[in-house]
Amino acid sequence: MNVLKVNTDLTRRILVEFIRNEVERVGFSNVVLGLSGGIDSAVSAFLAAEALSPEHVWAILMPYKSSSPQSIADAQEVVKATGIHSTFIEITPMIDAYFERYPDASRLRRGNKMARERMTILYDHSSLYHALVLGTSNKTELLLGYGTIFGDMASSVNPIGDLYKTQIRQLAEALGVPKQIILKKPSADLWSGQTDEDELGFTYEDVDTILYYMVDRRYDRQELIELGFKDTFVDRIHSMVVSSQYKRRLPVIAKVSYRTIDRDFRYARDWET
Amino acid sequence: MKFSVALAQISPTLGNLERNLEKCERIIEQAIRDRIDLLIFPELTLTGYFIKDIVASVAISRESAILQKLIEYSKRVSIVIGAVEETPDFKFYNAAFYLEGGEIVHIHRKVYLPTYGLFDEHRYLAPGNQIRAFDTKFGRMAILICEDLWHPTAVAITALDGIHYLIGVSCSPGRGIEASDRLGSSITWERLNRTYAQIYSIYVLYCNRTGFEDGINFWGGSEIISPSGEQVIKAMYIQEDFIHTTLSDRAIRRERITTPLIRDEQLHLTIQELERIYRERFEG
Repeated sequence: MNVLKVNTDLTRRILVEFIRNEVERVGFSNVVLGLSGGIDSAVSAFLAAEALSPEHVWAILMPYKSSSPQSIADAQEVVKATGIHSTFIEITPMIDAYFERYPDASRLRRGNKMARERMTILYDHSSLYHALVLGTSNKTELLLGYGTIFGDMASSVNPIGDLYKTQIRQLAEALGVPKQIILKKPSADLWSGQTDEDELGFTYEDVDTILYYMVDRRYDRQELIELGFKDTFVDRIHSMVVSSQYKRRLPVIAKVSYRTIDRDFRYARDWET
Repeated sequence: MKFSVALAQISPTLGNLERNLEKCERIIEQAIRDRIDLLIFPELTLTGYFIKDIVASVAISRESAILQKLIEYSKRVSIVIGAVEETPDFKFYNAAFYLEGGEIVHIHRKVYLPTYGLFDEHRYLAPGNQIRAFDTKFGRMAILICEDLWHPTAVAITALDGIHYLIGVSCSPGRGIEASDRLGSSITWERLNRTYAQIYSIYVLYCNRTGFEDGINFWGGSEIISPSGEQVIKAMYIQEDFIHTTLSDRAIRRERITTPLIRDEQLHLTIQELERIYRERFEG
């Protein structure tokens, strides 16, 4: 039995209702999202188009000069298939202007800067279009910390953050996301030939399965090893989850008063909406 | 005794008493026009579910104007409605009121406050300490709230207390998308409702809410289950709905003739063994 199999009809319905509800309850009717040409943002775009109708969804394509032309073509394919609005803003001038000061900057710094550049463009357009920023991070990358804090991890509303990558593939099929987007190897597209699975050193099938047992089913280390996972793999994944916990939380606040935000001042975000 | 009953599967606004009251009033007035006899709203109807630190500011006392207004409506339709009840000694309960004939007939205070996983109720609320059946115009009933129904002992008490109708109200969060047709949480609830109805030969009147709070969906799917464990009516999943039907105790009678499980309960034996268990396992 494939433990990651999902009921795509039901999941689609919940996520569509979720987007509509969380957007409209705060008085908005539009969303804006970054469209990379990858499967995650494609799925978010399809869901948003269904929830709000295509004229209320703005996709922004924000390639850097090293982004693959195929990524741009795939993103344009999603725009065509969904009928959503799109804007093309190349981030090369902003990124290059900044890194003139740091010509030796590492790939990590450059990648993070690009993610945050895109975030500022999305939030600027959220103001321009009176739109909420729709998230495109999946559960696998959120748990592993495989994303840039305040960059691609930033959003107002994230419909796909509780779905593992392999579950998103099933949903993408059900939504009619173009085949080549579902089949191609996931990539942050920071340099030519980069793929997530090469960089991480394991496949999404493997990591999603171990995360499912570790996080969702609360198997402990010994139980995971008994399931057949190598101890080194179990330990590596555990440490990735732990060391990226900060990325999944608000900044830690030093408590000095009797009532501190999120500590003993506790309200749902959807308070009175 | 025949009567018409409706389940108002609504999505309340979190922490906005006025807006929720307005919504309920519109539904109550429509129910009166439709000649509904008993109208059931979900758990925490007037407040929404994840109330956390909002609790004190949305609590209502027995004397509150909101409750008086609902009591006034109950002269024309019997109402089950959920709210945070504030007592004179400033305790706050997750409560469900049974209002009928211009009176508060019964208040059930949720006994089992889930405080695990995504739930945090005991942090903010006091637990009830009674489970009681009560008589209504339409027969003997009991109310249990959400987690109460996951404790079969609570349901057994109401059944032994002579009910014909078990009113279950909830804010059940939807989760579990692995199954082929329904949410994992709805599968369990639907199994419980059918089981209780059948083994106690009672009607189960289950009203769940819908809508979202902080990304958590409430799955709806309210239903009435007959004393033989069959579904009588069923509301939509995920979205607001209003369903109604007519019930009478004849089906309960027929079921208890065929399968007199409740007649054959051995209450004295149960008490004797529970007391022994209490002595042996829970005392000192």
